[in-house]
Amino acid sequence: LIALRGKSTSAPLAEELPRAVWRIAAPGAMGAHHARAVLVDGGEEAPAGFDLYLVRSDDDAERIDGNALRLPPELDYLTPDDVVAVSPDGMRLRVLWRHTSRQNSILLTERCNHYCLMCSQPPKTAIDDHLLAQAFELIRLLPRDTSEIGFTGGEPTLYGKELIDLLRLTHNLHPESEVHVLSNGRRFADPEFAAAWAAVGNPNMMVGIPIYGAEPARHNYVVQAENAFNETVRGIMNLAQLGQRIEIRVVMHKQTAPALPEIAEFIVRNLPFVDQVALMGLEMIGLARANIPELWIDPAEYADQLAEAVLILDRSRVHTMIYNSQLCLMPRSLWPFMVRSISDWKNEYHPECESCGVRDRCGGFFFSSKYKVSENIKALPAPEVTEPAVLSLR
Amino acid sequence: MSKFREQVAFAAPSANWELLPFRFERMGDRVLLTNMVGEYLFLSNEDFERLGERDLPTDSPLVRRLRAKHVIREAGDDLPLELMAMKARTRYRRLAEFTSLHIFVASLRCEHSCPYCQVSRQNSDKGSFDMTLETARLGLDSAFRSPSQNIKIEFQGGEPLLNFDLIEAVVLEAKARNEVAGKNLGFVIATNLALLDDRVIDFCRAHDVYISTSLDGPADLHNKNRPRPGRNSWELATAGIQRVREELGIDRVSALMTTTRSSLGRVREIIDAYVDQGLSGIFLRPLSPYGFAIKTKSFDAYGVEKWLPFYEEGLDYIIELNRTGTPMVEQYAAIVLKKMFTNDDPGYVDLTSPAGIGIGAIVYNYDGDVYASDEGRMLAEMGDTTFRLGNLHRDSYEEIMLSEALLAPLEQSFTGSAPMCGECAFEPFCGADPTYHHATSGDFLGRKPDSGFCRRNMAIFKLLLERYEGDPETRALFRTWASH
Repeated sequence: LIALRGKSTSAPLAEELPRAVWRIAAPGAMGAHHARAVLVDGGEEAPAGFDLYLVRSDDDAERIDGNALRLPPELDYLTPDDVVAVSPDGMRLRVLWRHTSRQNSILLTERCNHYCLMCSQPPKTAIDDHLLAQAFELIRLLPRDTSEIGFTGGEPTLYGKELIDLLRLTHNLHPESEVHVLSNGRRFADPEFAAAWAAVGNPNMMVGIPIYGAEPARHNYVVQAENAFNETVRGIMNLAQLGQRIEIRVVMHKQTAPALPEIAEFIVRNLPFVDQVALMGLEMIGLARANIPELWIDPAEYADQLAEAVLILDRSRVHTMIYNSQLCLMPRSLWPFMVRSISDWKNEYHPECESCGVRDRCGGFFFSSKYKVSENIKALPAPEVTEPAVLSLR
Repeated sequence: MSKFREQVAFAAPSANWELLPFRFERMGDRVLLTNMVGEYLFLSNEDFERLGERDLPTDSPLVRRLRAKHVIREAGDDLPLELMAMKARTRYRRLAEFTSLHIFVASLRCEHSCPYCQVSRQNSDKGSFDMTLETARLGLDSAFRSPSQNIKIEFQGGEPLLNFDLIEAVVLEAKARNEVAGKNLGFVIATNLALLDDRVIDFCRAHDVYISTSLDGPADLHNKNRPRPGRNSWELATAGIQRVREELGIDRVSALMTTTRSSLGRVREIIDAYVDQGLSGIFLRPLSPYGFAIKTKSFDAYGVEKWLPFYEEGLDYIIELNRTGTPMVEQYAAIVLKKMFTNDDPGYVDLTSPAGIGIGAIVYNYDGDVYASDEGRMLAEMGDTTFRLGNLHRDSYEEIMLSEALLAPLEQSFTGSAPMCGECAFEPFCGADPTYHHATSGDFLGRKPDSGFCRRNMAIFKLLLERYEGDPETRALFRTWASH
């Protein structure tokens, strides 16, 4: 597990920092950009004129003329082009972006109009617009060669126009980046909002929207909101009419697993225009831990339903992926659809996995899975070189 | 105290369910329900009774299944209607596309003398049964009038290669006209391949012309069905198939079979002959009740009851072939499965409603007569000109497309309102075939209890559903065929 926040051991800064969000610059950086924090390593000469220096020893801190912060040891991994938020007194650091990771996501709000049984990011009611402001700053600081930019919540569309502004900024500054936004899709039932979204005009933008049933009762129970299913489906239809790229996400647990084939059927007949479907194993964090009796099912028990759903989707030429699942719990026919997707900072393996021969291809676990783990986890032999490639369902 | 609400909090506010249009068929101890776009589900008799009596709670596994397939809706909930409308629009979009297949009968002459053939002439003067370039140009005028973005020109006969000069001229002129029209233009020659030579191969390569041919099965059967001087029809056809595959491309040739009385009982050998040729698709189709087929009694020699075991054995054998690693598609099943599992209607002329005659495919005969379908032309050769829509030399495009000879059969055969079809659970999978019913019962509609078309297709639909529901591997295979 990689730490994403830490406390500096330096003394508080005498003067408040002029800004909160900083992109890390290499020790030899030239040109004192106002939002760069220079990483200084063991006795090197620090370039002059920057507003912030991140150092790894007290000696370095003393040498430097300017704001110098001792990097917390747990954030020692930070490298140039990562982005951090620093508190005004320089004491608290939070990692907003790791340049070398493909699994960054930008939290825009913790507010939500759903209260999903299994929410990994339990919604809060406090106004947290500072997260949005921080996101604007972050987008301005990211290098142009950033391949993927993901926005998440809470429910980002609660912002309305401000979200659209952020997406337009993202498109203008990062025209080549893949932009992915997680949303419950309900706001798109409003044709005006859907049109504003489409008007961003970013062909690399995709929205990931969850569907937890083929009819309202199951979906609305899972998301704990009335009218959600109809608004979400209408929202998806509105976006499709505007030619927008859409991903459907289905989190698999006790409430949704029995209906997986039915949900797949619903998608291929009613929403056949979606670009991809992600079938996702449950993250046992957040609200999921409060609802274990309602949610927990050993993934091995729903493998048949999952295989049927994948068959229906894949044969209807819907791009289908299985996230957050372990190879040893699924039949081989599903392996080609399984993606190594658990965020690297959350991934951790079971002791049984020590001797597993396909560990490097496996999704592994959420660190949180120690609260509930399948009894069917078992080490598998490494594939022999001569073994033919796994047969795809295609 | 949990902040979470129980499932019951998300049930419908009342059990005042409204029925949406659906149809049903009892199959054994279950009831098949289909909605208007062909989505289906099976219910137990008890659950079906509950639905019929509207004895449904605000939420239950049954209620959820019925809602998911848009069989019932909450009063005032318009989403199911919007989704159904979208699916229905998708299903019928080909109607707005209009005629895409334009069949040019290049020549009625043929060097074969197949007893079941409806139209061909032997030993005839070159002049009297060949299409002239003047007639063909009028056919192109008509083809390019079609609003369809996809225009396929198919050359038929007789044996169209006997008039290859015309084929060359039509292809070149169509391509020239398409410089302006900008359609997706394709060409097919339906030929027995006996006359395939370098000139044909070179031309087809240069102009992306596809080949459709006939292969009735093993050599003895094929040669018996298709007599020609030298008794070598099979040898020439199979040599031609291989030549086209190697010199034009593996997907450039497809084969059709005709099932005669001699074919019955030999379906595995027939399929094996396709496997042996390296073909990956076979269209198991019965002989049509037209033309010489009736005259020579070879059609009467078997009816639906003989056809169905032939088809079932063939289908099961093809499933088995796929299971053991030999890919093979049964193309009739693939058409039906597409209608079962997708919102698309492939628009196969014999299995679509409104019928595909004229508005899906149209035939320009060698003499300029325009027919609503190839079968309509065959009937005309027997003296029944019901499906003649006009003549390219005399009648305008509007006169032809708005003729009573086209509109009456289209309207009268529409399965959505035809007696017994309108209530039939299989209607979304089926089609109106006014030509068949006219030929067999004297009107476009037919009496469905007497209709061989109806009996054959109902049996095939049930067979496909049984095989699909019965076995996961077959489900995978059928889903693949459906998305072909």
